[in-house]
Amino acid sequence: MNIWKTLTMTAAALAVSAPAAMAEWQPRKPVEFIIMAGTGGGADQIARLLQGLIQSKGLSPRPFIPINKPGGSGAEALSYMKDKEGDNHTLLVALNSFYTTPIIQEELEIDVLSFAPIGRMAMDTFLLWVNTDQEDITDLDSYVAAVKAADSTWKVGGTGSGQEDSILTAMMEKELGYEVTYIPFPGGGTVAKNLVGNQIDSTVNNPSEQMEFWRAENTKPLVQFNGERTEPFMDVPTAKELGVDIEYYMQRSISGPAGMDPEAVAWYQNLFEELFNSEEWQAYCESDGLTCEKWITGDELAAFHEAQLKRHEELIEAVGAESIMSK
Amino acid sequence: MSVRTAELFMAIAMFLASLGLMWTVYSDGLAIGWVAGRGPGSGMWPFWLSLGMALASLWTLWRWYTGVTPESRNREAYIDPDTVFMVGITVVLIFLLLLLSNIIGLYFSMMLFLLAYVRGLGRHGWGVTAGVVLGMPVATYMLFEVALNKYLPRGLPVFESIFMRIDDFRYSLMY
Amino acid sequence: MDSILTLLGAGLLQSFEPLNLAMIFLGCLAGLFIGAMPGLGSVNGVAILLPVTFLVPPTSAIIFLAALYYGAMYGGAVSSITLGIPGASTAVATVFDGRPMAQSGRADQALMAAAIASFIGGTISVILFTGFAPPLALFALKFGPQEEFALMLVAFATFIGLGGDDIPKTIFSILIGLVLAAVGFDIISGQPRLIFFGMVEFQRGIEFLVLAIGIYGIGEMLWTLEHTKGAIQMHKVEFGLKRIVKNLGQVKKYLPTTLLGSVLGFFVGTLPAAGATPAALMSYGLAKSFSKDGDSFGKGNVSGVAAPEAANNAASTGSMLPMLTLGIPGSPTTAILLGGMIIWGLRPGPLLFAESPDFVWGLIGSMYVANFVTVILNIALIPIFIRVLAMPFSILAPIIFVLCVVGVFATTDRMFDTWLMLLLGCMGYLMRKLNYPVAPAVLAIVLGPLTERSLRQSLISSQGDAMTFLERPISLVCILIAVALVLFPVISNILRKRKATLKAAE
Repeated sequence: MNIWKTLTMTAAALAVSAPAAMAEWQPRKPVEFIIMAGTGGGADQIARLLQGLIQSKGLSPRPFIPINKPGGSGAEALSYMKDKEGDNHTLLVALNSFYTTPIIQEELEIDVLSFAPIGRMAMDTFLLWVNTDQEDITDLDSYVAAVKAADSTWKVGGTGSGQEDSILTAMMEKELGYEVTYIPFPGGGTVAKNLVGNQIDSTVNNPSEQMEFWRAENTKPLVQFNGERTEPFMDVPTAKELGVDIEYYMQRSISGPAGMDPEAVAWYQNLFEELFNSEEWQAYCESDGLTCEKWITGDELAAFHEAQLKRHEELIEAVGAESIMSK
Repeated sequence: MSVRTAELFMAIAMFLASLGLMWTVYSDGLAIGWVAGRGPGSGMWPFWLSLGMALASLWTLWRWYTGVTPESRNREAYIDPDTVFMVGITVVLIFLLLLLSNIIGLYFSMMLFLLAYVRGLGRHGWGVTAGVVLGMPVATYMLFEVALNKYLPRGLPVFESIFMRIDDFRYSLMY
Repeated sequence: MDSILTLLGAGLLQSFEPLNLAMIFLGCLAGLFIGAMPGLGSVNGVAILLPVTFLVPPTSAIIFLAALYYGAMYGGAVSSITLGIPGASTAVATVFDGRPMAQSGRADQALMAAAIASFIGGTISVILFTGFAPPLALFALKFGPQEEFALMLVAFATFIGLGGDDIPKTIFSILIGLVLAAVGFDIISGQPRLIFFGMVEFQRGIEFLVLAIGIYGIGEMLWTLEHTKGAIQMHKVEFGLKRIVKNLGQVKKYLPTTLLGSVLGFFVGTLPAAGATPAALMSYGLAKSFSKDGDSFGKGNVSGVAAPEAANNAASTGSMLPMLTLGIPGSPTTAILLGGMIIWGLRPGPLLFAESPDFVWGLIGSMYVANFVTVILNIALIPIFIRVLAMPFSILAPIIFVLCVVGVFATTDRMFDTWLMLLLGCMGYLMRKLNYPVAPAVLAIVLGPLTERSLRQSLISSQGDAMTFLERPISLVCILIAVALVLFPVISNILRKRKATLKAAE
């Protein structure tokens, strides 16, 4: 198999270098849109919305096909991207496990900074949610009291050890001085359902995952982890306001595999910039509590990734990888 | 090889495979027991179930030894000598089909496979053969690529570019 | 109730609009053919035809997709019966009796039974859906990891009926399926497990379809090749009006199992995460356990086709419920539907019924119509489907082999999986010749991940206390059912023997 791989690669390199001089690059086959999370979660919703927009606006001569690869907190998706080095028809919809998974699972040998930066679509936020049945819990203080009273049997749902919400949970354990039991589920949607069904006691979810339950008054947010209060959660305090030193965002960006042709990168950058500025995308951001003010791409995005990677390294070191992973 | 021998070999092979699985779990350093405060370790499920596989294989070996299973008393040939060629050649042909898919692409290797099978093994007339050999790739392309948007392997770039032209034509008609 | 009928009436009217009716017809037809291809299930069809639906308004689009979903559910049975290859995990149980029926020249009868059972299952579940959607959604919320695990135990209890007479080999088969299900990244800890020979491809795990197509596609074909010596035509089938009438008359034979399967399937389907596969399996297991001639199951009993088909169709309707009311897809296909709804700006959730009644009731109305259209289409197409069986084997076999390869590739997008399919197929063939039952392994790989995950989630949340499964009422009931299912054959055997001895004493 390996011989063939090498052979194909060399031949591919030859073939690619030939028509490079041709006119503007465009995808010539369907583009795989890899989602590093399960169905129903925030990343999945975004990918499917973008796919739909691309198709309905006729922005690409070939369709985009969303593919979920949620295994191993995104490790499956990242390994796949690594294998696709030099491919011009694969894109990754990334979230923060883009940083955390390569740090925690060093053995995968993935360097996300080598990936082609296409664009940052949004900054998502996290909120702390509890079921509305828990009438005693009205703010962070009563929440902390309840968790401490439960004496580490407090059940926090999340999307997997090493996933960003597990880091946030670990940060909260450290800052607020309590211990919880963390239970992983296969996607943000499932976590939300288990919170509504009282199978878990609390969770840190993105707004898009809880929005409908919040509107139906099944769940309520206690704290947001943004720097400033964001729409539509203007009456929910930020952690910093409450004197808890946690500020944490979720980035929603698009990346290509390492070694993608510059022409292809430029083409995708233009495509996603157009999407970013579209009315539909901005409307989605507003209704789902995403921050989509500034379009970041190219070197600026690469610098952003580098800074974020470093920040996550520090965070993980601070809370300890053991408290995130069950090693 | 008789069915009796085959059962023995299979049980031994499966016993060893189970041990191999247990070893893989163990050598990867996965926790096979309880992790305090975290619940069952990630190796618990595969490790103990593999142990179950090993025990089930031992049980089969015992039943073979005592002659309880009908297979252990069956001294006929494991694979009928009349058909071993047919089965063997089929497996080889599928193997080649997969191997060639990486080089000349799935469509061309599919045509060769069908040609070899329908004409070579089936001894059908050229008319039928041509119908199958040409019809199948066209049908596959229409169903998988046009209707379902799948991108099937086209092999080396030389062969891939042939199909890119077909794709271009198709997309120029309808998108 | 009155308001429900009004809304339903409006929904039905909506689905009779020419555009929507055309969408239903097209969707059912496309779904039938996609479902009938080995490897291709409703997921592929619904996922990829989604873009087409941008051309029509959202309600018509979702009606089209739902119709396609229904069609594919019916189509899965076609592949199971005629080719012996389950196109999707939901249709595995249909192979058990559908295949023997086809081999004995009763393919038309099996297809008819599958179509009618699907119709009954679909219709009953839509009626239940119409009447009880909101309370059922609440019930689904009560299902936590403990209940999921208990439900899986019920599914495994039905395995008892599936295994052969060789107990250690059956146990082995179940266990190897469960272990293979653990290959790849562990969802709880995020660690890679059982990466054989360090091949990174295994990180993704072994997909059900790779094993199923390997064993039932490649393995089964090799087996048939050996037994027919490759030259002969598989079997003759006749079809005519007389046979249709005769087949229709058989309905009363499998009606009870069908009704049971429909209700069971619907309830299991409404539970998020469970889906149609355990539903079909449980329905088959129950039908066999409670049948008067349980021994004829697996050898071509028409109830063995009807029971799983009724259940999987009912479950597919059921799985719409958690999707619409909770935004949680109950099956991979509904996950895609969910994606579609988000694109159209429809937010599934507890408020959807109140805020978008046109959409919801249009969809429900179309389910009634889609069911009807599919059963008609299906019966009308039976002559074409069985014509496949009349093809000379030396033409049919290579076509099936090619379809297996393409089908596996289309599902996972990797050539690696096609190699794995060939390897597993050959292993399955060799083991099957030694009386290792293969069905338990195939089903175990489907149920394995969910079982392991729910077990571990429950134990984590109970701090390791196994009593948690018995303390929760729903989980306790499920466990009792599982125990009863295991004990039932044993007890009924003892009772039968005692009766026989009593008679002998007289």
